[in-house]
Amino acid sequence: MPKDIDDRFKKFGTVSFTQITKVNDFIKYLEEGKVEGTKCKKCGQIFFPPRADCFSCFSSDMEWFEVTGAGKLVTYSKLQYGPVGFEGDLPYSIALLDYGKYKVFGRLANDVPENEINIGMAMKAVVNKLPNGQLNYVFKKA
Amino acid sequence: MGKVAIIGVGQTAFVRGYPGSIRELAFDGFKDCMQDAKISVKDIDASIICSAPEYDKQRSPAGVIAEYLGLTPGPTFYVETLCSSSSTGLKLAYSLVKSGLHDVVAVIGFQKMSEITSAESQESMGRGADIQWESPFGTMMPAYYAMHAKAHMQKYGTTPEDLALIRVKAATYGQINEKAVYRKAVALEMFSDPENQMAGPVATPLRVGDCCANADGASCVIVASEEKAKVLCKKPVWILGIGSASTAVNMAGRDLFTGLTVAQEAGAQAYKMAGITAKDIDVAEVHDCFTIAEMLAYEALGFAKPGEGRDLIRSKETYKEGRIPVNVDGGLLSKGHPIGATGGSQIRTIVLQLRGEAGGMQVKNPEIGLVHNIGGVGLYGNVTILGR
Repeated sequence: MPKDIDDRFKKFGTVSFTQITKVNDFIKYLEEGKVEGTKCKKCGQIFFPPRADCFSCFSSDMEWFEVTGAGKLVTYSKLQYGPVGFEGDLPYSIALLDYGKYKVFGRLANDVPENEINIGMAMKAVVNKLPNGQLNYVFKKA
Repeated sequence: MGKVAIIGVGQTAFVRGYPGSIRELAFDGFKDCMQDAKISVKDIDASIICSAPEYDKQRSPAGVIAEYLGLTPGPTFYVETLCSSSSTGLKLAYSLVKSGLHDVVAVIGFQKMSEITSAESQESMGRGADIQWESPFGTMMPAYYAMHAKAHMQKYGTTPEDLALIRVKAATYGQINEKAVYRKAVALEMFSDPENQMAGPVATPLRVGDCCANADGASCVIVASEEKAKVLCKKPVWILGIGSASTAVNMAGRDLFTGLTVAQEAGAQAYKMAGITAKDIDVAEVHDCFTIAEMLAYEALGFAKPGEGRDLIRSKETYKEGRIPVNVDGGLLSKGHPIGATGGSQIRTIVLQLRGEAGGMQVKNPEIGLVHNIGGVGLYGNVTILGR
């Protein structure tokens, strides 16, 4: 691959299945400790996960916004089996937070005690560095 | 414009480790269908081949399979919508016949899942979800459906035992379906015995017994114009309604987690087209890749109100003798789920039911049947209504 290819997205998650995307700056923000989505400058449509293109007005002029504050836990599940490449992370829980104007899919932080997890509880997305050097974000109690 | 009929159905037994190649597997399903239809290969003027391609080394299997089945020089098309590929194939066959472009179209679904390991298969199926934003967290199909189960339990008070009852029902009929991969009885007590394999956790709240198995298999459905059907077939089954929908691949793009919007949307389209309502359905095949998926289907299709699916299974209303028999061939939970072949197998079951040829699984004198086939975690949905 030529040196000038921006393949930062390969750093996302335990195993990334994407290397090149127009929203590679998502990784730059993760490195700065921020989880960010995009907003269409033309019509104001908000996107999380971030998109490079707006399906509402066909504009590709986007600005980034930070996911801040708390979302509500919509649902979750704890996995006892994982796909190839994820065995070392087991067990882990995938989950969804509702921030009102958008939702965020990710993992629950491992240090949230299981008996304290309740649907509807307030949680926040926090950037997390994985043991293999990759980056993701996890949900902690807000 | 005339009606569109199904004039032949067939499938292989769904098995672990089919001893042959994909073209040979497809041939077995096609042969079973041709023996049912009692027509000549020359009567078929187009074919649609359906599967999920990531299991195969063969690129673009349609041409290879069409030639092996003797369907050249007619055109062949490859169709993929994950687990709903062959009911999507049926919709396209309907369109080709209804438009007058073709008279008789064969829809062949197949999958040889044993080409790859179970873990690789889970990973590959997980990649039917959003690979850019969700797969990097380690997602799998059971976990996505488990998130729906969790949400349903939280909102409506559905219990893990309610889901287990769906597996018990499936096994009741799987035992007598010679095409099924899992033919043993399943008792509710197995789910409360931590030593029993059925009770093993997979993705909370789903357990091993809540999940269908991978399998190899092929299915075939032959679709014909009204004119051809009347000449070629003694017991045509008519396509009365056919609906399809899609939604956001990622969970973050959705608003409903106690149901699947694609099933609601496709069901509404199919009922409207057929001019009927849920209470007119005499027998149904729904996509029970997991027990919760059958529960969600009861509610999406109007067999029960939202949150009341559990009452249907608790009162055995979805058993063969009940108000609305569902998956009385054992469903995917017993038959196994060879992705591309699954929809065709569901259609076969309903066609046999409407013809009165379902043997020990036969429901009493059904006139209208429904097939609900879902691709991915509610990414694609097809609902098809068939009548005598």
